Amino acid sequence: MQTKLPEAIVATTKGRRAEQILRSCVHCGFCNATCPTYELLGDELDGPRGRIYLIKEMLEAQKVESVTVTHLDRCLTCRACETTCPSGVEYSQLLEIARDYVSSNYRRDLLDRLKRLWLIRTVPYKRRFRRWAQLGRAMRWFLPKRLREMLPVASTVEALQATPPVSPSVAASSVLLLNGCVQQVTTPQVNAALRELLAARGIAVVELAEEGCCGALELHLGKEPGALATMRNLLDTLAPRLDEVDAVISTASGCGITLKDYPRLLKDDATHGKLARRLGDKLLDVGEYLLSLDLSWRKQDEVLAVALHQPCTLQHGQKLGDEARQLLQNAGYDLVAVRDEHSCCGSAGTYSLLQAKLSSQLRDRKISCLESGQPDVIATSNVGCHTHLAVAASVPVVHWIELLR
Amino acid sequence: MSRKLVRRLLQRTLPRHCLITDPVALKPYETDGLTAIRQPPWLVALPETESQVAAVLRICREHAVPVVPRGAGTGLSGGARPVEGGVVVGLSRLNKILEVDLDNCVACLQPGVRNLAISEAVAEHGLYYAPDPSSQIACSIGGNVAENSGGVHCLKYGLTVHNVVGLKVLMMTGEVLHLGGRGQELDGYDLLALMCGSEGMLGVVTEVWVKLLPVPPVKKVLLAAFAQVSAAAAAVSEIITAGLIPAGLEMMDRLAIQAAEAYVHAGYPLDAQAILLCELDGVAQEVEADAALVERLLRDLGAIDVQIADDPQAQARLWLGRKAAFPAVGRLAPDYYCMDGTIPRYRLAEVLQQIESLSVEYKLRVANVFHAGDGNLHPLILYDADIPGELEKAEAMGGRILELCVAAGGTITGEHGVGVEKLDQMCVQFNSDELEQFERLKAAFDPAGIANPGKAIPTLTRCAEIGGMHVHNGKLPFRNLERF
Repeated sequence: MQTKLPEAIVATTKGRRAEQILRSCVHCGFCNATCPTYELLGDELDGPRGRIYLIKEMLEAQKVESVTVTHLDRCLTCRACETTCPSGVEYSQLLEIARDYVSSNYRRDLLDRLKRLWLIRTVPYKRRFRRWAQLGRAMRWFLPKRLREMLPVASTVEALQATPPVSPSVAASSVLLLNGCVQQVTTPQVNAALRELLAARGIAVVELAEEGCCGALELHLGKEPGALATMRNLLDTLAPRLDEVDAVISTASGCGITLKDYPRLLKDDATHGKLARRLGDKLLDVGEYLLSLDLSWRKQDEVLAVALHQPCTLQHGQKLGDEARQLLQNAGYDLVAVRDEHSCCGSAGTYSLLQAKLSSQLRDRKISCLESGQPDVIATSNVGCHTHLAVAASVPVVHWIELLR
Repeated sequence: MSRKLVRRLLQRTLPRHCLITDPVALKPYETDGLTAIRQPPWLVALPETESQVAAVLRICREHAVPVVPRGAGTGLSGGARPVEGGVVVGLSRLNKILEVDLDNCVACLQPGVRNLAISEAVAEHGLYYAPDPSSQIACSIGGNVAENSGGVHCLKYGLTVHNVVGLKVLMMTGEVLHLGGRGQELDGYDLLALMCGSEGMLGVVTEVWVKLLPVPPVKKVLLAAFAQVSAAAAAVSEIITAGLIPAGLEMMDRLAIQAAEAYVHAGYPLDAQAILLCELDGVAQEVEADAALVERLLRDLGAIDVQIADDPQAQARLWLGRKAAFPAVGRLAPDYYCMDGTIPRYRLAEVLQQIESLSVEYKLRVANVFHAGDGNLHPLILYDADIPGELEKAEAMGGRILELCVAAGGTITGEHGVGVEKLDQMCVQFNSDELEQFERLKAAFDPAGIANPGKAIPTLTRCAEIGGMHVHNGKLPFRNLERF
């Protein structure tokens, strides 16, 4: 597509990158077909092709209009469009640049600013987040339904006093488990299940005493400088332990995808860039990791039908997903067919809070797709999808790790 | 006409989120799949119901505001490009499958339903909708009707016109036409066929009845690689002459093969100058016999390699490269200009050679991806719009290619429509009597001339200006027109 970006934009690294991505788009519109918000809203402006156009116009005019912000905010960053795009347009990178541009050149209204500030200051800090969750539970009947639905259930909040790491006496290998911030508060049972699973198979689990956030949250909210600082901080904490483990894993694909992106995000940083690449060499999604170990699983007495929900961060972001399917099949589960597998559940990190209405519409659609094959349980691999789907599903929602024995 | 009044009327008729008035938000609507030609609309209406569509048309009629219907905006000839001061009526929100009638194997769809979504919805019944343009994942059935879209399988199963059995059309005069439907025979003039390919210039389609076909029990896909384009072209003719009607018979040249391969890794031979993809479908015995015959023909005609895909996965992979070829070419150059012309099959080799000469003359690379079986060419001219003058060069070369097609006894459009892109070439293909008849036909449906004006049919003045006017029996038509 033709672009006429002004010199001031093209002179910057990001501007040049944006131009490169814009020019790779041929405007065919295939992306709209798999875009969840286009499907829901039917407006060119709410599909990737229209957003790319809006970004082009914004950078050309060097002016951020509120209508552009509205439509960029509605993007889930699910990246289904990238899977569909035959021209290889790296949409999410363009969006990242655009969101950063919006962040530094546009003043949001007060309520929006407060919401975003609260998210950045609270969610990545497990103690703060836990306190808010407890407060929310205490006040639950005064909260609007939307917020009430989002509260972590009591059992998980209270059961948080983290299960002590189980270490086998003689370890065959060892792995560094990144616990994630939200996951430790909302679904701590997932990593607990994994620890048990690995311990039983003689694999030592190393964990960080003070694990910080991976930076995903700030990055998605267009706060790149903050996100990069968070990333460097995590890398510094990680670095001393990297050599003693065979792999680094995360059970939340939303964290996983950001971690896998560190080498690109930090490529201009001499020291941390190198660290990021070192981490990258050892980083695996938990599915990749478990499958590579070639372990055997205890078969279930009763064959459960599982609907596997593939998080976008896994299927579109990391181009993975078959690992979990294979592991569950190896463990004797029956996987039911799921309609519109490519489609996002609407959780998308902070999206469920910032775009609550769209988010719940997408969730309801997703649940009807997942439950169309009448499963006994829905399994996923990202904490966001997990808690989001659990609110409205009529069958239990788990991380697939919890199904392995 | 007071524009303020019209806007107020539309605002009163449509919910807030169904009318776009902000100039920044209107910009992405200034183009469809043909980005070289752009025009921001005055307003965009995105109705959610048929009655809202009717209301918008009524307001536009009463105030003589041009209306441009738009489906998924994937068209490649600028058919959905807005007109100045006009309202774009986007039909993407009318995307319900209204009925699937399994007894009669037909389905009734709203115009915004995606082409592929039809086949996906009826797959569980062993049925599908045959026309499959390359953009089938995204393009809408309404747009398919407007452009009379074809696709890979139209060689055997026909174009949109052969697969649509009924339409509901909102006319610009406020009347509603019900043409055909659940399999009724059509008496009188075949207005249904007239609507297919009318490019939104006769009315707005709000319901489409389509034929559903049983999925063929057996399929085979053959891929043949050739060291020469001419050998591949000769093979196309031979296959058809031998009395075979493949479900699809497609050709790609070297540049297209490389682009597609880089994207899907289908296993296309990168050293071939051309490949043919031939799909055979039907009952097992028939497909077996035909495949053997095709393979023998291909080898006799000099194919350097023949692969046969029996299982659906391998077949899908071979097709994926072809279906994604257009945008995959986007990886080779910043921009491409997609042409669409037809020629008689037996002149393929010769015309491809001439295109190659034009490519040298204009110093622009051309990738060829096309429906060889029905002689529908799609030369993709690669250029860089940021280099001043390249777009004009590409357009000029495209025009020359279409003139080649007409000279070879073909036409200037196979399936993408005329839109705004090929108006000038229409002057080459049709004489003034024919063009005038087109005008009269449009006037019968749309006396005020507000339905997608300026598309598909060039004005006689335009033809006179470009000098493409046919001179009949030595008599210069329209002597009164000024010529430039």
